Amino acid sequence: MPDAGQIDGRSLIRRRAGLRLWLSAGWLTLLATAALLAPWIAPKDPLAQDLFLGRLPPFWMAGAEPGYWLGTDSLGRDVLSRIIHGARVALMVALIAGTITCVIGATLGLLAGFLRGWVDMIISRLIDIWMAFPPVLFSILLIAVLGPGLTSIIIAIVVIDWTRFARVVRAEAMAQGAMDYVASARVAGRGRIGTMIREILPNVLPTIVVLLTLEMGIAVIVEAILSFVNLSISTDDPTWGGMIAEGRTSIHQAWWVLVFPLITLFLTVLSFSQLGEGLKDRFDPVLR
Amino acid sequence: MSFLSIRNLSVRLKKGPPLLRRVSLDVQAGEVRGLVGESGAGKSMIGKAVLGILPPSVEITGGEILLDGTDLLRLPPKDRRRRIGASCALIPQDPLTALNPSHRIGPQITDRLVDILGWSRSTAESRARDLLAEVQIPEPDRVLRAYPHELSGGMRQRILIASAFAAEPRLIVADEPTTALDVTVQKQILKLIAGMQARHGTALLFVTHDLGVVSKVCQNLSVLYSGMVVEDSAVTDFFAAPRHPYSRALLAATPKYTDPAAGLTPVPDEVIAAVRAEVAAFDAGGIA
Repeated sequence: MPDAGQIDGRSLIRRRAGLRLWLSAGWLTLLATAALLAPWIAPKDPLAQDLFLGRLPPFWMAGAEPGYWLGTDSLGRDVLSRIIHGARVALMVALIAGTITCVIGATLGLLAGFLRGWVDMIISRLIDIWMAFPPVLFSILLIAVLGPGLTSIIIAIVVIDWTRFARVVRAEAMAQGAMDYVASARVAGRGRIGTMIREILPNVLPTIVVLLTLEMGIAVIVEAILSFVNLSISTDDPTWGGMIAEGRTSIHQAWWVLVFPLITLFLTVLSFSQLGEGLKDRFDPVLR
Repeated sequence: MSFLSIRNLSVRLKKGPPLLRRVSLDVQAGEVRGLVGESGAGKSMIGKAVLGILPPSVEITGGEILLDGTDLLRLPPKDRRRRIGASCALIPQDPLTALNPSHRIGPQITDRLVDILGWSRSTAESRARDLLAEVQIPEPDRVLRAYPHELSGGMRQRILIASAFAAEPRLIVADEPTTALDVTVQKQILKLIAGMQARHGTALLFVTHDLGVVSKVCQNLSVLYSGMVVEDSAVTDFFAAPRHPYSRALLAATPKYTDPAAGLTPVPDEVIAAVRAEVAAFDAGGIA
């Protein structure tokens, strides 16, 4: 009986964790550590102004002052320290808004995709209606009503972006629901919610993780955009978007004020999306 | 009294055409009944109706499904689930989608026994090991720890067969269990199912479009056309002298491997026309 006994070569395939997973996780870990320890590791006070030290260039250029690694802005505030403190707001928004959006969106998507029927009808129509709102205007409107601040930003992100999760998870749950293993579980006597949690959820999870990390990246961007248009937290606290907005006015005299927060923002958003893809490759049992 | 007795079962697409037209058939305890017909004849639909896993797009419009004397269709959903789970099981068609890719093999067999039937974990585990040995899987312990993607299609089908027999059901619905497999593996799997069925004395509703399979495993068969039972015979009688013209044509259409030059014989047009007329006459009778 040649077929029996072979646990064939499939079990031998083990993918390497991959460079992008390590790089993205590394950058985010670094950033998270810096954000957590900001008051202790930031070289200067991010709010301290010193007009005599305005527009100092970064350390490798002529005229740099020791201790001001990435230079200063027009008010003499240290760019590196402001980036480190800005990471606190960025990561907080990413984590909180990303997670809440994910939980709400994924739950609704799972219910709609697996239970179908009237539940699906209601949730799908809600998604359709929701997606007809222009997101940027919607978020600015929301913040105008709620007033600026961190909570408002988080609420705005959740309210706008839950459909992203709901749509994808719904489609995925629907596809999984048609599989024979779901039928077997039902025949064995598992209830609908039990089947959903035990059989469907683990198979949708890799997709949810990818979406979650993407959403965290998006949350960072949204926060930056809202800071840029001055709708985020008070202008005293450093944010990347706020720094970019300030740096814009002096781009010809002091490009570093704009460029360094921009690079940080770029790397962070890129890392979030690559982290998701990397995790999926690593942990999806079907790909593994 | 027969263990499963389907009486005048009618199923249709919601607000659409009928899929099953007053189907009646019986499966005695320990009997193997074949259910044959061309694609779309409704053979899988019968199995799904019995197991309570009809897709949400279809509805049962009439009839009875008596399981051990109780009409399943009159039971509240929860009791129905429990009764089906305790006495029935499914061997699905496609072994590649019938095991949950996210769970190891062991829990997929045992969790149902533990969670739903209240077995102790250790009893369930030793039961799973015995069953895997019974379906001739070497190294059952290793297989129990494997994920489905690590195993070949034939192995997975063996596992599904083992899993179906796990709770000693009195009726198993086998929905084209060999269709998705290589011809070389098909024969082994058929032998295995037949052997298991005989040892455990389980009634089997064997859905297939392969009359060769029917002749090897079944004692009786029902021939379906367009959701109507056109013939219900013992297998020996059927192969000796099929009663219905459609059955005769179906039998004549079976390819003869011993005579490759003969080519394929389609079911003649006039037979199709005649059986269609029968269906139309049935529909015109106003009994849905």
